[in-house]
Amino acid sequence: MKKEISNIPDFTKTVPIDQVNVEERVAKLNTRSIKKESKMFALKLAMQMIDLTTLEGSDSPGRVKQLCHKAMRPYSSDADIPKVAAVCVYPTYVRIARETLKGSGINVASVATSFPSGWAPLKTKLEEVRYCVEEGADEIDMVISRGEFLKGNFSYIFDEVAAVKEACGPAHLKVILETGELQTLDNVRKASDIAMYAGADFIKTSTGKISPAATQPVTLVMLEAIRDFYYKTGVKIGMKPAGGIRDSKTALRYLVMVRETLGNDWMNPDMFRFGASSLANDLLMQIIKQQTGVYQSADYFSKD
Amino acid sequence: MNKRLEVKKTYKMYIGGAFPRSESERYYSLKDKNGNQIANICRASRKDFRNSVVAARKAQSGWASRTAYNRSQILYRIAEMMEGRASQLAEELVLEGLSSKKAVEEVNEAIDRVVYFAGWCDKFQQIFSTVNPVAGSYFNFSVPKPTGVVSVIMPEKSSLLGLLQLILPAIAGGNSVIVLLPQNNPLAGLTFAEILHTSDMPGGVINILSGFREELLEQFASHMDVNAVIYGGSDTESLKLIQEQASKNVKHVVVETSNNFFDESFKNPYCILDLQEIKTTWHPVGI
Repeated sequence: MKKEISNIPDFTKTVPIDQVNVEERVAKLNTRSIKKESKMFALKLAMQMIDLTTLEGSDSPGRVKQLCHKAMRPYSSDADIPKVAAVCVYPTYVRIARETLKGSGINVASVATSFPSGWAPLKTKLEEVRYCVEEGADEIDMVISRGEFLKGNFSYIFDEVAAVKEACGPAHLKVILETGELQTLDNVRKASDIAMYAGADFIKTSTGKISPAATQPVTLVMLEAIRDFYYKTGVKIGMKPAGGIRDSKTALRYLVMVRETLGNDWMNPDMFRFGASSLANDLLMQIIKQQTGVYQSADYFSKD
Repeated sequence: MNKRLEVKKTYKMYIGGAFPRSESERYYSLKDKNGNQIANICRASRKDFRNSVVAARKAQSGWASRTAYNRSQILYRIAEMMEGRASQLAEELVLEGLSSKKAVEEVNEAIDRVVYFAGWCDKFQQIFSTVNPVAGSYFNFSVPKPTGVVSVIMPEKSSLLGLLQLILPAIAGGNSVIVLLPQNNPLAGLTFAEILHTSDMPGGVINILSGFREELLEQFASHMDVNAVIYGGSDTESLKLIQEQASKNVKHVVVETSNNFFDESFKNPYCILDLQEIKTTWHPVGI
């Protein structure tokens, strides 16, 4: 029995993270300057990596449809601007999103497992996941039980992620660590490792419902966890920072981190995503600014 | 011999309620008539302007939604704060080349001008609003509403009074502004930013940049998030450029050719109306 699980690390042990070094590395990478053609390329790439998201209590079928149309054609005046990777909604809206996006090649992602808090019995969570997949979700964004994690109940998290992965069937699984509640970078690293070994296809920073959401240091730690996992197992895990990435400048900084930590294989929408809503408009405004030389105004771009 | 080291002031710009240097780290040297160095002045870049527009946009709705009475109080507070720094402002105008008598006159007039427009904040609406006769059972009325974000290119002369005459009507009417100070006379304007900072004026409503006019003119006129541009000057080439660029999002263009802001004609509420849009409401009424 022992041999079977020997490739899984002992999660009670901690991979130590040097916070000062992480911050310094981030600061150093932030000094990179990306201009002209490279900037245009990066802006368009970032656009293709967006999971256009609406997760509000006030969501309506109309709003979800509107968001889907925005996903397919972000800027009505220019068809050359690429479409986004996916639309991310609550389980109830998966079907509407699925129907609206039919034939567009854009995935439907759904949050599940009692998003955002994760406080529900496992059985309920699994049912929710199966419901989302039946409704037509291509990707499931689950939250881990931070309460159990902070108690030190790591095997609970492992089993939870593994069970959800099984319930996902063909759908891709993104595991939200909600790093804003994990308190230390050591915990972020540990949660990343648990999620990846338990079967996550993507690891994701945050729900976007609490502050701080995605930060660069946290993302760097997760990217390094992905790199180490790849070296060990040969499996490529995707990364999705979410929440708080509102402008192009920040998005480009994330892309630099990905390129420098994981390399070109991760520089595509299959391996890297931005969970965002307002970022799309800022990218659009920057792209149009690059094309026309004139600074743009939010007045001339659709609100969602 | 005086052993104390002189503590010189670093003149900085005013963007979004903070005092940054230019993000480009560029500066130019300001000299007096005899060629002696007065200070190094920040040379704003396009990005500084862009950041100012973001700050101005963010602040504008909050400023406009304050009560007119409160805007009036805050403007009056600016006058109070200027009174306390009057001698410093006068000294700076002297450094810029005015005689001390003229400098004091200009500072006094500037403070009075602030009080003048403070008074108009909650009064121009009544004067410019109308109830319109229409053929139908509607109550039809028109009221002035602020245009939004206003960029201001100052004339080369009259750094303090000119500054106030160009921005106060915009501010009194609920707009936010980004102003480019005269290249060779920026001192009093930059000190005015410190006065604003202590006058309850919310950050971002007034943003003050120093730099080269020819470098920034096009940006001031072309930025799509700016709703009106005030040009102080009479250079036809510049004006043509401004009007062309402003046409991109149909900005209001207000041209101020005068250099004598003491003129009584400046004391009128129509300056406020220049930066307002008239909104008309059709309200159905029962017969």
